[in-house]
Amino acid sequence: MTKTMMMMVMMATLMGVAMCDIVDKTCKQTPDYTLCLSLLRSDPSSASADTVGLGLILVNKIKALGTQTLGQINVAYKTKPMLKRQLDECKLRYKTIVDADVHTAIIAIKGNPKFAESAVVDAGVEASVCEGGFPKGQSPLTGLTQKMNKICDVTRAIVRMLL
Amino acid sequence: MASSDALLPISAREEDPLLSDGSRSDPNAETHRRRRPVKGLLAVSFGLLFIAFYVALIATRDGSTRSNVDDAEIKSDGTATATSRARLAGVSEKSNDQLWKLSGDRNTVAFSWNNSMLSWQRTAFHFQPEQNWMNDPNGPLFYKGWYHFFYQYNPNAAVWGDIVWGHAVSKDLIHWVHLPLAMVADQWYDANGVWTGSATFLEDGSIVMLYTGSTDKSVQVQNLAYPEDLNDPLLLKWVKYSGNPVLVPPPGILPKDFRDPTTAWKTSAGKWRITIGSKINRTGISLVYDTTDFKTYEKLDTLLHKVPNTGMWECVDFYPVSKTLVKGLDTSVNGPDVKHIVKASMDDTRIDHYAIGTYFDSNGTWIPDDPTIDVGISTSLRYDYGKFYASKTFYDQNKGRRILWGWIGESDSESADVQKGWSSLQGIPRTVVLDTKTGKNLVQWPVEEVKSLRLSSKKFDMEVGPGSLVHIDVGSAAQLDIEAEFEINKESLDKILGDASATVEAEEFSCQKSGGSTVRGALGPFGFSVLAHESLSEQTPVYFYVAKGKDSKLKTFFCTDSSRSSFANDVVKPVYGSSVPVLKGEKLTMRILVDHSIVEAFGQGGRTCITSRVYPTKAIYGAAKLFLFNNAIDATITASFNVWQMNSAFIHPYSEEAVRALSRT
Repeated sequence: MTKTMMMMVMMATLMGVAMCDIVDKTCKQTPDYTLCLSLLRSDPSSASADTVGLGLILVNKIKALGTQTLGQINVAYKTKPMLKRQLDECKLRYKTIVDADVHTAIIAIKGNPKFAESAVVDAGVEASVCEGGFPKGQSPLTGLTQKMNKICDVTRAIVRMLL
Repeated sequence: MASSDALLPISAREEDPLLSDGSRSDPNAETHRRRRPVKGLLAVSFGLLFIAFYVALIATRDGSTRSNVDDAEIKSDGTATATSRARLAGVSEKSNDQLWKLSGDRNTVAFSWNNSMLSWQRTAFHFQPEQNWMNDPNGPLFYKGWYHFFYQYNPNAAVWGDIVWGHAVSKDLIHWVHLPLAMVADQWYDANGVWTGSATFLEDGSIVMLYTGSTDKSVQVQNLAYPEDLNDPLLLKWVKYSGNPVLVPPPGILPKDFRDPTTAWKTSAGKWRITIGSKINRTGISLVYDTTDFKTYEKLDTLLHKVPNTGMWECVDFYPVSKTLVKGLDTSVNGPDVKHIVKASMDDTRIDHYAIGTYFDSNGTWIPDDPTIDVGISTSLRYDYGKFYASKTFYDQNKGRRILWGWIGESDSESADVQKGWSSLQGIPRTVVLDTKTGKNLVQWPVEEVKSLRLSSKKFDMEVGPGSLVHIDVGSAAQLDIEAEFEINKESLDKILGDASATVEAEEFSCQKSGGSTVRGALGPFGFSVLAHESLSEQTPVYFYVAKGKDSKLKTFFCTDSSRSSFANDVVKPVYGSSVPVLKGEKLTMRILVDHSIVEAFGQGGRTCITSRVYPTKAIYGAAKLFLFNNAIDATITASFNVWQMNSAFIHPYSEEAVRALSRT
């Protein structure tokens, strides 16, 4: 009986310790705690990841969002053909995010994080430039570009922890 | 998450029935109670579980709030804010915040880079590879008639990655010939990158190169390499020591905080000594090692130096400067007429800082002359107040100079870099000496050899009243060397100094925060506007701003304002600069090298230097012009200056013919 009780207490302590986990601690140091938590917890490997691992999870989110946005751009060519010029610019910018920025961030996070920081910041810049090219209120991508900016802000904060 | 508050009463309620149930009245209570204890224990345990959970939650909340406050106070530029460490301003110039400010401008015309604009950006006389990405300067040296330059290079893309050592040679530090790659990532100990390193000359004239390798497991180690054939003046081939790595991260140092070994210097005990930057928590440090053969090392217990709250020290440089002579010194020189410089590149802020101090050879330590501006503190001295990082000096035994190389990255978007196919430049090499007049700062100046690029020149002498702008007709204005002298009219100076009610402006003024070149003061700003469109819709002013300081003294600032350098909204456009010492009797002097997308400005003979990257969209090719301006409200400025057209340096890809051609000059 005392054994069971001790086991229960241990479990309780362990649960308590688990709640102080690295994901929670890390996300508290970013500009968007809620977004950070939801992004990281959606990947089960986050529970046992170090800061580099968490950074990589987020860089993959950037890649996924970038790819999704490229898909939306392709759709928008048909639904909003008058915005072709701006969509072309966005396509170029988002290709940079997905091909160049993400690639640089992944290799740099593991060895020389300041280059990953530049790449992540650039991803946000590319998204902003794409968005800014549309006449006011006419962007078909606003939600996506805003999300990219937010994710980049959070990712940058985590990459800076590695400096 | 559900608060355990709601749960406690329930478990308590569960307990109550257990205790009150059958405890008094029922004769069957005895048997009843004997089965209950297990459930009771379970309940108690759950209670404890939730208490522990709740306590843990509270504990983490408190902990992280505290750490946010601490981080905010540590903010590197000294201003305390409540924002978290994640929002450190000025950390990386490319910030989303800055971009949105720019997008708020009236320049809402959708903007795209075209090839004409992008190809104009390539420089004519600054070192850059034919294509792709470059960063830190590596192992610069002079050997058998050739200046050698190595550099961090990505052979595959215009972004960082796959880093190897590029190589080029020159007779004069200006006309370069590209050579094949010197070292590639072909060993386990540099599989993830052949990173930065430095050269040392041994007594017999041979060369050793120490460099950082990022191993196949991304651990930072130091490796030894040397020329395969010392009879080859071009040092084309390099051999890596079979016993590499020669140094691995020591106990207490993390595997990714150990890089960029320096040139070695001789100790009085006859050993070679090097230093390597690192960090312990947030304290930047420089480790010291002694060696006799560059293969085995003893780590000193002492550090060369350390400064709290400066973060990782990259590209540490350590060298002597003469207190009395305007010349360079070999790295091993020491003595009473010598001070030592410790320089480090701050990973956190991407700023190079240095300090002047005293070296103690007996224990390999160094202390700064002025601890209030110690290496890495935000107010400490910088080689350059603009875009300039990972710099490295070497002793040029050919001409008895110490020469400084600096990596000048891009300030544009990665899209543009990928589109134009290249990224980064090196600054024009500069000589470095101690300012023998002030004793408190270094003085840098473009190497003399850059003058060999000067073509036609025009001389001007003019007086410009307050609020004037003068077009200086020099023809093409994208490749220029300007040397200028300015004087403020005595009446204006006396008026400001004599007026007790005139505000002490200098204490509040900074290039970065005081609004740029359009904000007019009594005695400034005045200077040149380079890469300016005739409509002035794009321009880059380089100027002095003189303000009244404390104790009726004038304080002079030297700034470059890139805020209107381009219509583009995806480039970084700061106002850069700093105060500059001006001694009694000195005129105000500036030199500006303009080379397409780079502007290098030198104030007061190189006491304050500013490198800027600018990306005009209209003020390019024939439309780039030069203006002289005086935005002061009171002062009349007398300007006396020379403007030279600069030739291209015709940097050559590797070929036998090119090398032979250069040897004949």
